[in-house]
Amino acid sequence: MIHQPDPALLTLVFLTIMTAQNTTTPPKKIPTQRILLWVGVALMLLFCLAPVLWQILTSFKTNPAISAIPTVYIPNGDQLTIAHYFSLGNEFLRYILNSFLVSLVSTVVCLAVGAPAAYALARLKIPGEQIVLAIVLVVSLFPYVLLFLGLLEIVKAAGLGNNYLALIVPYTAINLPLTILVLRSFFQQLPKDLEDSAKIDGYQTVPMLLQIVLPMTIPALVTTGILTFIFAWNEFIFALTFITRSELQTIPIAVAKLGGASVFEIPYGPIAAATVLGTIPLVLLVLFFQRRIVQGITAGAVKG
Amino acid sequence: MARLELQHLRKQFAPHVIPVKDISLTVEDGEFLTLLGPSGCGKSTLLRLVAGLDQPTHGQVIVGGTDLTFQPPGDRNMAMVFQSYALYPHMTVAENISASLKIRKVAASEIQQRIGVVSEKLGLNHLLDRKPGKLSGGQRQRVALARALVRNPEVFLLDEPLSNLDALLREQVREELKQIFNAQNKPVVYVTHDQTEAMTLSSKVAVLLDGMVQQLDPPSRIYTHPANRFVAGFVGSPQMNFLELNCENSMARVGAFSIPVPTEVGERSQIDLGIRPEDLRLAQADETPTFRGRVTLVENFGREQLVTVQVAATTTKIRMVIPPDQEWDEQDIAVVLEPAKIHWFDSKTGDRVTSSVA
Repeated sequence: MIHQPDPALLTLVFLTIMTAQNTTTPPKKIPTQRILLWVGVALMLLFCLAPVLWQILTSFKTNPAISAIPTVYIPNGDQLTIAHYFSLGNEFLRYILNSFLVSLVSTVVCLAVGAPAAYALARLKIPGEQIVLAIVLVVSLFPYVLLFLGLLEIVKAAGLGNNYLALIVPYTAINLPLTILVLRSFFQQLPKDLEDSAKIDGYQTVPMLLQIVLPMTIPALVTTGILTFIFAWNEFIFALTFITRSELQTIPIAVAKLGGASVFEIPYGPIAAATVLGTIPLVLLVLFFQRRIVQGITAGAVKG
Repeated sequence: MARLELQHLRKQFAPHVIPVKDISLTVEDGEFLTLLGPSGCGKSTLLRLVAGLDQPTHGQVIVGGTDLTFQPPGDRNMAMVFQSYALYPHMTVAENISASLKIRKVAASEIQQRIGVVSEKLGLNHLLDRKPGKLSGGQRQRVALARALVRNPEVFLLDEPLSNLDALLREQVREELKQIFNAQNKPVVYVTHDQTEAMTLSSKVAVLLDGMVQQLDPPSRIYTHPANRFVAGFVGSPQMNFLELNCENSMARVGAFSIPVPTEVGERSQIDLGIRPEDLRLAQADETPTFRGRVTLVENFGREQLVTVQVAATTTKIRMVIPPDQEWDEQDIAVVLEPAKIHWFDSKTGDRVTSSVA
């Protein structure tokens, strides 16, 4: 399997860099410095995005143009096609839906379970808190691929094979430690005065958490949620092993299973098209939520 | 109508961490009680006990005859202003002010009317639709105040509400606070480490140290009759001079000079003398000075000069306030102590030993 940089994560990194540049560059500067800066930015972009651009290019080239030597970098009108996308067929939408469902549910469950746990660990003085944290940390250190043989037995015993739950439960569990650790440190930074103030205003515990604490937690929830979603969207081994019925497959499996008419033919065009289609939802997701992350929503709560 | 009583409050976190040891206080309607003390004296913890944010280890909080010790903070009908203001960042000013009323299911029309009255009083009318992030420090402070006033609570609690404002604004808001809470006629408990706030705002001051009330008196009496050395040193700026003196035949010795000790102090070999810098003055030509000395430092404050005098033939230094137009001899300055203004403290316990000072 080719290991590529994840386009969605790249997008996130770039947006962050660009925002930082925009805010730190003073309006008037020596031009040469700015030129150097932008050349640097362009080179970085090219270096990181090249594999992605290559996939996009391949997905739009005709089969002869893909296999042509010398390589066609800028295809002319005859060498462009969108047939690869149509060749994927309607069942590909089904795979996207599967991926979306599995990723969304595990993200939501992960946040719904992780956030209260993180809050409890941050705010309550639980005896043995350090031990609990250490265990959480150790769990996050397991290489998850090693777990999969054991999990396979569990999935078989529980009769969860060919069921979305076989993916949702492990994805949630694998991402819980990180979610708890990130959210806990976020909760610790939240000013405690706000919660005290809410108590004095008369909020009961649960409404206070939902109406006062939760709205301020959104940036952290979005950040950890996106990480969980990307993991679940891209996960391969579990999805390959626990799901065998094709109508339940997720995108990475569907892409990997694309085959030509014979074993000697690799359908580069359709694979590239499937990769692009499978990545677009992630990129859109990050673009959509990125503003939420950058926004400091606690600004103005307490004197800074 | 609602008097606030604290009875033997104690808060213990660990065997040797006892921020509040045993505090009993009463605050009547319309009384403005300030808890004054250095950081770590337990004043904020005490306020949290009153608010119900922390549970006391033992003791009771009583408002208007009802024991509220085990009531959650939301049921106590007390409003609190936090040092950090603690405004809800995702709500507009109007929503911030009305949050507590909505929870108590006050009718919408009444909420509107109450917001109107309070925002009118505090000049917040044009800010009601803004989020706290778009407000200046002074405006946020007003919103926090409005949030407390709108509830019309039985008791007001304020936790260093001015310490995040710049010096000029602080003075202005201090005046406003005084007017607002005078009009409320409710018990107010105010926590501060700033003696100016304590002196100007309160009708009663409780000076705290190590979880105990050192003195509970009106501000003027705290100033003129400090109950012990700590209170005497903590209240008043510039700080009171303290001299640890040997006594002989009812005369306290400072180098070659002696100061008569009042008879009610009784016969002792050692005593602490306290005198405020403003109660020292230059001797007139026909007067016998209490002591003579040499000037080692002059600090000019414009309105007055703070002069440090080293008493002749000793290492004892005393600071005194001299009006800017007066002149003196740097090498040989003659100083008079008003006997009536001297505070005498027990050299071991630090407690005041004279019962009255004119």
